[in-house]
Amino acid sequence: MSAIPHLQIKNLRARIEEKEIIKGLNLEIKGGEVHAIMGPNGTGKSTLASTLMGHPKYEVTEGSVTLNGEDVLEMAVDERARAGLFLAMQYPSEISGVTNSDFLRSAINARREEGNEISLMKFIREMDKKMSTLEMDESFAHRYLNEGFSGGEKKRNEILQMMMIEPSICILDEIDSGLDIDALKVVAKGVNEMRAAERGFLIITHYQRLLNYITPDFVHVMMQGRIVKSGGPELAARLEAEGYDWIKEELGIVDETVNANA
Amino acid sequence: MSVDLQLRFDREAITQYSKANQEPAWFLESRLAAFEACAKLELPKLEKTKIDNWNYEQFLPFVTQDKITNADALDEVVKAEIDVTAVKNLLVQKNATVIYHQAAEGNAQGVIFTDLATALREHGDLVQKYWMKAVAADEHKLASLHAALVNGGVFIYVPKNTEVELPLQAVYQIAGDDALLCPHILIVAEANSKVTYVDTYVSSEGKSMVANSIVEVFVGAGASVQLASVRSFSTEVHDYTFRRAIVDRDGKIEWILGEMNDGNTVANNTSVLKGTGSSVDTKTVSVGIGSQRQNLTSQVTHIGTHTESQMTSKAVMTDEATTILNGITKIEKGAEKANGEQGERILMLSEKARGDANPILLIDEDDVKAGHAASVGRISEESVYYLMSRGISRKEAERLIVLGFLDSIVSEIPIEEVKNRLRQALERKLA
Ligand SMILES: Nc1ncnc2c1ncn2[C@@H]1O[C@H](COP(=O)(O)OP(=O)(O)OP(=O)(O)O)[C@@H](O)[C@H]1O
Ligand SMILES: [Mg+2]
Repeated sequence: MSAIPHLQIKNLRARIEEKEIIKGLNLEIKGGEVHAIMGPNGTGKSTLASTLMGHPKYEVTEGSVTLNGEDVLEMAVDERARAGLFLAMQYPSEISGVTNSDFLRSAINARREEGNEISLMKFIREMDKKMSTLEMDESFAHRYLNEGFSGGEKKRNEILQMMMIEPSICILDEIDSGLDIDALKVVAKGVNEMRAAERGFLIITHYQRLLNYITPDFVHVMMQGRIVKSGGPELAARLEAEGYDWIKEELGIVDETVNANA
Repeated sequence: MSVDLQLRFDREAITQYSKANQEPAWFLESRLAAFEACAKLELPKLEKTKIDNWNYEQFLPFVTQDKITNADALDEVVKAEIDVTAVKNLLVQKNATVIYHQAAEGNAQGVIFTDLATALREHGDLVQKYWMKAVAADEHKLASLHAALVNGGVFIYVPKNTEVELPLQAVYQIAGDDALLCPHILIVAEANSKVTYVDTYVSSEGKSMVANSIVEVFVGAGASVQLASVRSFSTEVHDYTFRRAIVDRDGKIEWILGEMNDGNTVANNTSVLKGTGSSVDTKTVSVGIGSQRQNLTSQVTHIGTHTESQMTSKAVMTDEATTILNGITKIEKGAEKANGEQGERILMLSEKARGDANPILLIDEDDVKAGHAASVGRISEESVYYLMSRGISRKEAERLIVLGFLDSIVSEIPIEEVKNRLRQALERKLA
């Protein structure tokens, strides 16, 4: 998969139960690019991420999402993943009884033909290497998936999965929340190692801090379930310094959450 | 009441089988007494399960087979379960005949590992001392039927201060229409001895078969017995098992039970902690499939002081299967400082399946600790989504979650071979 990926989101509208949360969102991500999405709480950032990944609770009512021209919305969650999408979740699930390494091996083998599974030796070598990049203790390979992991350990584990799976579009939802400064650097190192022409990133964050380590090419501000402003890294710096009020003023937004009438 | 069908056996048939095996007179008498009694005895009372309409007495009790000397000649179903050439201590029973038996040369002095018929001939007094002493022949109809018709099994005797290093293993196979498999497993572990016994139950082609097994274990002072059993009968077998251990001072018993039958099953597993400081650990794993009905009871009676029990059961329910999972912790008056913990957890994979987890604590002593946890749950869609978001198919995701649910028990199994056998059975049932 050395082709340059291309994710195109057009006029996306999505709702949960009867409540519309994503309200006409446009975004384009190409390989080699790092996009950051910032925005106040409750403006639909995680919903966007989950909708792209295909979480069953969200229903798309309008718009389109394509990856390399293929209709993502038609695909089941696992097909999306195998097509190249990856979501590091804000709140990853804990799965008892399934070890981290068994799980990762299944995930890798799901991308391979039957009979062409990754050899155990090779898998262990890869996993060891990546865990050491992320400064994770070896014991995490044999622990049950996320069970009893601390907040920061879960985040690292999400990045470990990303590094092992090598997706083409990586969506990171608040990968920095709950991380101490050292962990933040480690996670950023993992992400930076993965930056490449054949991979695009969408990084959801509240803090400039993360973006000091992972320099984005584009910064978008999300309010009311859509992107209301886009710019370069300087936009993130200004948000950090001044908050969101100036944007709301500029755009005449009173209630920035998805509850506002669009 | 059951329909009044003519039984397909009588005193005459029992006597013939007994004579053919040169059983001692006392044993034939006990068979005939049990046969007389069984007509009047009731079926056992089971929590939320009616077995009146199950098959428990319509069979041919004494379908005998040819013995074999070469393990290679064992049937494929047996060989699929166990590497017959690698195992050193092995006994194989098919229907009413123990067809193969091999004891390792290295077994310690004085250890007896033989089929029941041989034991009755060669160690009759020893067998008599323990025969139906843990489970009484008149407890209920099934026990009396067993005592009357027992058609095989194993006798294990470990002298005091003796350790049997290699596990003693047995395979019980039922085959052919209307066959009965009625093995009796009698294990006597004298003071400070140590032994592991592992068995497997399989079935071949055949319709309306019945298995009625009794396991009696006598754990001497300071002795340690490990017993692992995996049952993998087809839908055509109705299976009844009563296992009971009597544990003396500081003795220990560990049960590892894979209830992997495809057909109707009643299994009761009871440990009586008689001696001070005796203990038991019971692990049960089950998968319900098709329309099978299962009643699985794990029970401990604390009598001695400072006795400890741990019972853990997990079941996965699919299709239209029903499983009643009972855990009974009984602490008798005087069992001071007893500590009993139990947990039953059921994972439901189908709307039509039924799973009941019934923890029961019966406590007549104040100075004790006892706890229970029971739950019936479903696979979390959030978990499935998480795994699928890494490219894993729904089917594989569900499989991982189910195996993961059982893993806290399976991975704890101390005998590698049993662990693998159980995993194999799980893969088969969850395929
Ligand atoms: N299951 C749900 N039921 C009802 N409302 C929901 C549900 N999930 C999300 N929402 C609502 O959708 C809105 C957007 O939520 P979302 O999690 O996408 O926000 P966010 O931008 O990621 O916020 P944060 O910065 O706090 O993570 C919120 O108002 C939230 O309450
Ligand atoms: Mg969020």
